[in-house]
Amino acid sequence: MNWSSILDLLRISLHAMVPITLTAVGEIIGETAGLFNIGLEGILLIGAFVGTLGAKAGGPIVGLLAGVGVGMAISFVFAVISAYWKGTQMIAGIGINLFALGFVAFGLIKLGAPGFHAVPPEGQLAKLSTPMGALSPLIFVALVTPFLAHLFLNRTRAGLILKAVGENPEAADVAGIDVNLTRLLATTFGGAVAGLAGAFLSVAWIGSVTKEMSAGTGFIALATVVFSGLNPLLALLGGFIFGFFQSLATWIKTLPTKTIPWQFVDMLPYIVTLLVVSGVVGRVRFPKALGVPYKRE
Amino acid sequence: MTGTGARPGDRLLRGVHRTLTGLHPAVESVLAAILGLLVGAVLMYIWGYDPWRAYWALLKGAFGGDYEIASSIARGVPLILTGLTFSICLRAGMFNIGAEGQMYVGAAASICVAYFSLPHPWHLVVGILFAAAAGVLWSLGPALLKLTRGVSEVISTIMFNWISRFLVFYLVAYVLVDPRQAQRTVRIPLSARFPILVPGTDLSAAVYLAVGFALFVYVLLWHTAVGYEVRAAGLNPTAARYGGISIKRTMVLSFALGGVAAGLAGAATTMGLPPTYAIISGLPELMNLGFDGMAVAMVGRNHPIGILFAALFFGGLNAGGRVMQFYGANPVPLEMVRVVMGAIVLAMAIPELARVLPAVAGAARGLVRTLSPKARKEAA
Repeated sequence: MNWSSILDLLRISLHAMVPITLTAVGEIIGETAGLFNIGLEGILLIGAFVGTLGAKAGGPIVGLLAGVGVGMAISFVFAVISAYWKGTQMIAGIGINLFALGFVAFGLIKLGAPGFHAVPPEGQLAKLSTPMGALSPLIFVALVTPFLAHLFLNRTRAGLILKAVGENPEAADVAGIDVNLTRLLATTFGGAVAGLAGAFLSVAWIGSVTKEMSAGTGFIALATVVFSGLNPLLALLGGFIFGFFQSLATWIKTLPTKTIPWQFVDMLPYIVTLLVVSGVVGRVRFPKALGVPYKRE
Repeated sequence: MTGTGARPGDRLLRGVHRTLTGLHPAVESVLAAILGLLVGAVLMYIWGYDPWRAYWALLKGAFGGDYEIASSIARGVPLILTGLTFSICLRAGMFNIGAEGQMYVGAAASICVAYFSLPHPWHLVVGILFAAAAGVLWSLGPALLKLTRGVSEVISTIMFNWISRFLVFYLVAYVLVDPRQAQRTVRIPLSARFPILVPGTDLSAAVYLAVGFALFVYVLLWHTAVGYEVRAAGLNPTAARYGGISIKRTMVLSFALGGVAAGLAGAATTMGLPPTYAIISGLPELMNLGFDGMAVAMVGRNHPIGILFAALFFGGLNAGGRVMQFYGANPVPLEMVRVVMGAIVLAMAIPELARVLPAVAGAARGLVRTLSPKARKEAA
């Protein structure tokens, strides 16, 4: 073990942090307004796939935007079902996840090899060369986004409206706020960010898309939301912690000495997620109307 | 609703609506299934397939003859059980997404019967018990985390799914591995296999186990005091607690019962689905059965009897999909089936689908009217 391999670990962790933090911050915005979207996993997966298609067609920026677009589209459907049609949010989210599993596996077969598709080099987002090695520019986006979200939620009128809608939709409605529209916008924004995170996976980090690319990251992001207690700044920290353990698993597997079978190493991020979440729950308070469709009396 | 001044047309619409709400549960499931199949058709069309030919192949492959029907039922057997896992917990007010992982460990536990011998029915029974016990053990993790630490079961069950997946990967690769066939585990011996019911097909006596367990869950939930408590806790936990029901007890009970069902689903696959009678590395025969079970539970309206019909439908989709993927010059991959499932679940999330759909039709009509040149001229 030497200095450069520890630097490697830190660099992978920073990359692994990006999808978790971005997705978690998007979900924090959505949950603040009262919609609980467990379809994030599916949005990440479809974002990674559609991002690859976009990157092949028009380069990395188009790829990332394609991810944002498809994330918005899916969460728009989710929000219409959950907010306007008073649907069960959990079930809609499960539907999104199932749909994504099939859609991406299906699309990959259609593109050629089942289960795997590489993003061509010219379609990948160039990494910045820094003293720490090659870093994706989106790392800086992920570092800044939580602060912007924090300012938005606590220092702007729109942020307060979001909180009002999540805490007490009746009162917000009386005050002339369109509850359903607010929830639709917040959740669509959350989907856009999750779609960006998905496209980041394929276009800006790994350079390929597989049918199990998201590998529970969407649910780890949900765990991050729980950990953060809807505070975007803590989501940044949580994203780094969970990203670190994901990377640690990858990193241990590259070590020359293989003392533990890889299957146990791969369990690590999920076990840590369980431990962290069971350590923090109880002191976290969520919006009162979270997960409950708003119906006028 | 406007009271007295309603036009005759409105009254007719209300009458139709009342009929639809009377049939409610079944009609909504059928509507959702149709909607899901339509989404699948649109996607197939976009990707350059012929949806009608594909669905025709699927239908023939699913219900075109005795052999096809038998394989549809066989594919539906594990789905009945994983569907039950989800709906038992939903009836108790929890979203248990852990059927997938509990099924993996159940399947791995059932493989253990290969290491000792017993006479025929008992060997099979022991395997079933192993699988059920493993499923329960695995389901207690999320249940206890929820009970003691308040961890949301949505997150914990998913994490347990991933952990069990890697655990079973490990067991398949190192512990249960067949020394002569490194890509799979040892095989279930003849004395511990479910007898095949229809020779030449995949349909084994595991179907009795699945249907029997569904009936057991039905009787337990709707005709016993314990089941009443579970459902009461699901409908309104505050009221149930006020009425003297221990929420903790119903929670653990429903999780454990769900674990049994998921474990049995694993056993039904390893011990009751020819031709492998083993777990192949990468778990291709098991993968996603737990998630598909959620679609089955939803379309079956979370009722054991509804789940039987829904499992037959989804088993048919799976069996037919296997035919569809080899049919014609441009065959549609099996993965299409899961796309359709996802769309169906999404549609099932919409409450009172029968009510929303006319609204969609109305909105579309309004849109066409405003966009048509004639309307624009009139507006001008």
